[in-house]
Amino acid sequence: MSDRRIKYLLLGSVFVIATCGLIYELIAGTLASYLLGDSVTQFSTIIGTYLFAMGIGSYLSKFIARHEVTVFIQVEILVGLIGGCSAGLLFVLFAEVHSFRVLLYSVVTIIGVLVGLEIPLLLRILKDRLEFKELVSQVFTFDYIGALLASLLFPLVLVPRLGLVRSSFLFGALNVLVALATLRLLKRFVGRARSLQAAGSMILVGLILGFAFSDRLTAWAEKSAYVDNIIFARSTPYQRIVLTRDANDLRLYLNANLQFSSRDEYRYHEALVHPGLARLAEPRDVLVLGGGDGLAVREVLKYPSVTNVVLVDLDPEITTLFATQELLVRLNEGALRSPRVRVVNADAFTWLQANTNRFDFVVVDFPDPSNFSLGKLYTTAFYARLQTALRPHAAFAVQCTSPWVARKSFWCVDETLRVSGFRTEPYHLYVPSFGEWGFILASFEPLPQSLKLPDGLKFVSEASTRDMFHFPPDMGPIKVEPNRLNNQMLVRYFEAEWANYVH
Amino acid sequence: MKRSAKSTARATLSRRAFVAGTAATVGLLCAAPYISKRSRRRFTGGIVGGNSTLGHALRDGQLPPPAQTADVGIVIVGGGISGLSAARQLWRRGFKDFVVLELENRPGGNAISGRNEVSAFPWAAHYVPIASSDTVEVTKLFEELGVIRGHDDAGRPIYHEEYLCADPMERLFTHGRWQEGIVPQVGLSAAEQEVQDSFFAEMRRLKDARGKDGRRAFAIPLDASSQDEEFRRLDKITMADYLRENGWFDAATLRWYVDYCCRDDYGAGIDKVSAWAGVHYFASRNAVAANAAGDAVVTWPEGNGWFVEQLQAPFASHIHNSCAVWNIEPEGPRVLVDYYDAANKQSYRLRAQGVVWAGPQFVAQRVIRPLREQRANPGVVYSPWMVANLTLDALPAGRGMDLAWDNVIYDSPSLGYVVATHQNLQTVPRRTVLTYYQPLDEDEPAVARQKAWSRSYHEWCEMILSDLAKAHPDIGDRVTNLDVWLWGHAMARPVPGFIWGAARAEMRQPCGNVVFAHSDLSGLSIFEEAYTHGVRAADALLHTLSPT
Repeated sequence: MSDRRIKYLLLGSVFVIATCGLIYELIAGTLASYLLGDSVTQFSTIIGTYLFAMGIGSYLSKFIARHEVTVFIQVEILVGLIGGCSAGLLFVLFAEVHSFRVLLYSVVTIIGVLVGLEIPLLLRILKDRLEFKELVSQVFTFDYIGALLASLLFPLVLVPRLGLVRSSFLFGALNVLVALATLRLLKRFVGRARSLQAAGSMILVGLILGFAFSDRLTAWAEKSAYVDNIIFARSTPYQRIVLTRDANDLRLYLNANLQFSSRDEYRYHEALVHPGLARLAEPRDVLVLGGGDGLAVREVLKYPSVTNVVLVDLDPEITTLFATQELLVRLNEGALRSPRVRVVNADAFTWLQANTNRFDFVVVDFPDPSNFSLGKLYTTAFYARLQTALRPHAAFAVQCTSPWVARKSFWCVDETLRVSGFRTEPYHLYVPSFGEWGFILASFEPLPQSLKLPDGLKFVSEASTRDMFHFPPDMGPIKVEPNRLNNQMLVRYFEAEWANYVH
Repeated sequence: MKRSAKSTARATLSRRAFVAGTAATVGLLCAAPYISKRSRRRFTGGIVGGNSTLGHALRDGQLPPPAQTADVGIVIVGGGISGLSAARQLWRRGFKDFVVLELENRPGGNAISGRNEVSAFPWAAHYVPIASSDTVEVTKLFEELGVIRGHDDAGRPIYHEEYLCADPMERLFTHGRWQEGIVPQVGLSAAEQEVQDSFFAEMRRLKDARGKDGRRAFAIPLDASSQDEEFRRLDKITMADYLRENGWFDAATLRWYVDYCCRDDYGAGIDKVSAWAGVHYFASRNAVAANAAGDAVVTWPEGNGWFVEQLQAPFASHIHNSCAVWNIEPEGPRVLVDYYDAANKQSYRLRAQGVVWAGPQFVAQRVIRPLREQRANPGVVYSPWMVANLTLDALPAGRGMDLAWDNVIYDSPSLGYVVATHQNLQTVPRRTVLTYYQPLDEDEPAVARQKAWSRSYHEWCEMILSDLAKAHPDIGDRVTNLDVWLWGHAMARPVPGFIWGAARAEMRQPCGNVVFAHSDLSGLSIFEEAYTHGVRAADALLHTLSPT
């Protein structure tokens, strides 16, 4: 093969590797914004780290004294492997590792160093085939054209069409193809050509498989169902957990039902806890049923008199996630790591049967009664069991769906609590991501009227609490049947009402 | 040169390894689903019940003569619901000198249950409807056992909510999907709908109907029913004839539904059971409750095994299992009871003041000497049944309505299945046990019994799984264990003429100090009949022994 053809092919590969290099940087920046939020900071620090790592690579290139072609091919294969897998790896490990940033910046640094090696090595390979001024001019021209192409392709084609994980596998494969093409052209300069070829081919196959199966990796099929970007998705024996992130909004979905949005969850959780808990004198023992995200526990811990919080949630995956994952721990302010909190992974209904402890306040925060299994947790039988866990002056708050969308459902919970022997005080508020939302405060005895709210609340105040207990006529009480195990009226109301609701 | 040769060799090796490795991986990937599917089809199990050896030895008279004689107050033969009820009644009335002799290795009769690592489950009877107005004894029992916990201001009973069958109760697989309820609703023609409406309207009318004697037309226990010929005449025709008389027979969906109900309660369809029994199924229950609908039932994971536990708890040590009574005869004012104890392979004789016979009538006819010698065989027809318990590693998938307690497949030879974990309060049960019921009513009972005994375990599995696969294509992969129980003489069949005929009236007459208590005496094998007979027999015997 002529030197001329080699020259053009090598310059072509400059173009490809430049595109790839910038794509990895963009993928890392975008991923960091998705996963960690605050995109300006993420992009800025990722770009800085990446450029600095490239500088390290360029510097290190001088220590490569011989076999530039071999090293170049090795570097290409490595960039293809690490860069290609980076997005998938970061997605998968996001929930697994305690400090995601360490992993993120390590990956970015490694790719940066390798990419930093590419251009200096290519310059040295091409140096005998071109004049110096030609060499510099042409290499950098192709480099910048590649960068332009990458920066246009990324937002316009790759993210919308392929998504991050597939794009990263695709460009990893391109890097490896460059390595294999170079190997073919410059075989005579390369030691161990066959083993490099074998390694390159194998990694290429792996990346193609990754591209093909990335659906499974990120549950791509679900992506259309969620407005935002999925950063974590897992099926446990109990439910499908999906976390999404967009701009500064982190959302948790269980079985495709929104559990909270980080933008306004404080409204929901402050309203769930404080209107009841702040009316008790010196509450000590608090039970939280459901609510494995620890957000209700965070509110409960604002009362210094509370010394003992028991959180009962079915799914250990949820409580572990919210006790260990950096971003989620920040959201619940480390509530699940507090020495005052004991986490129990059990079915609330069966746990109550065995429980002998009594509590001053109970937060009942189950998912909406959208099926017969969940409907059991809103029955007279359930409240009869809950009764045995309450002190005489105790109160509890129950989340009970939207009194505007599902008026019968809401008042059905109220009726169920009343026939179970409780006094009820229904209330509601507006949670932007949910809409108009309702709770019911229940107790054996009338509760004191005075509120002793903790400092620093963002939504609940004496004035806002007063408003919450007022129901306008379109959400007011309505005649309904109580929900029993043997009639599951609530699930039937709920299905009918939400089926009629057009978003 | 040497170096280059070496590197070529290594490269060749790695290339070969790569090719081989790739081939192996691709091969495995292709084979994996097949391998895993093959291996998952294997499940454990066998034919666990219906061991008739002891019963047949009794029939064939191969038992040793009694080695010892002992005196006892009352012997109760049979530890099913009627025997345990009689024993409980004696115990409650302070008469504690009794023993219960049970043929099987545990008490329960048709109410026995099993248990595995997933759940308890029934082996036959699995629910009791909430009590109707005439069901006096069972109402008292419900109150004593806490099934009824109190009464509301209107005096209606408040049932224990965790015992009431949880919603959703029933569903039917028809037209390729599950619908709620067992009465077919999907794809009915206007004519079929009209027939359904007309049938149910008549059943509602009969529910409140009373005869000239002021009694309800159809009551539970059935002996509380009106003697009025207007209703009793229905006992002379089959349920199929009754449907024809009323112009309901040609509506296929209603005919199927009524046939299903008869098979469910009596082990035989509309062309075999009497119309009186058939209508009794629909028109006898008039229960009211503060916290449940009139058609509610109480049930537990172990089915009526719950009652077995509750009934026997106070006097469990009085129950002797694996004991086959092979002769009963009067001796002066006493009754001699000879039985074979399979545990130590010895026969014993008990000299009792009285006996409650709480076993089936066809055995009484062989064992009780005066009956054998003096009374005509009442010719009770017994329905054979097959019951299977399937342990699943996940809930079965299916289209339409969610999993219910009772799940029926339209036009199936089986009656479908009940879900043992349905009453669990656990929100999301992950594994479950299904109890699958099939009356063996395609042939005459004797032929059906022969066929059932000769069928292999694998043939049963094939029958059961292919039936369930209609509604659950994945069922074969879900099953981890499948056990089969064959009931040769599961229940008396209310054939025309039996319920209001002379033979049944005679069966109820005591034979000296031997009194009878068994649902055979009613011809309907339901809990309320068995329980009431047990209580009545105990009371009658105590009255005979000390008529104060």
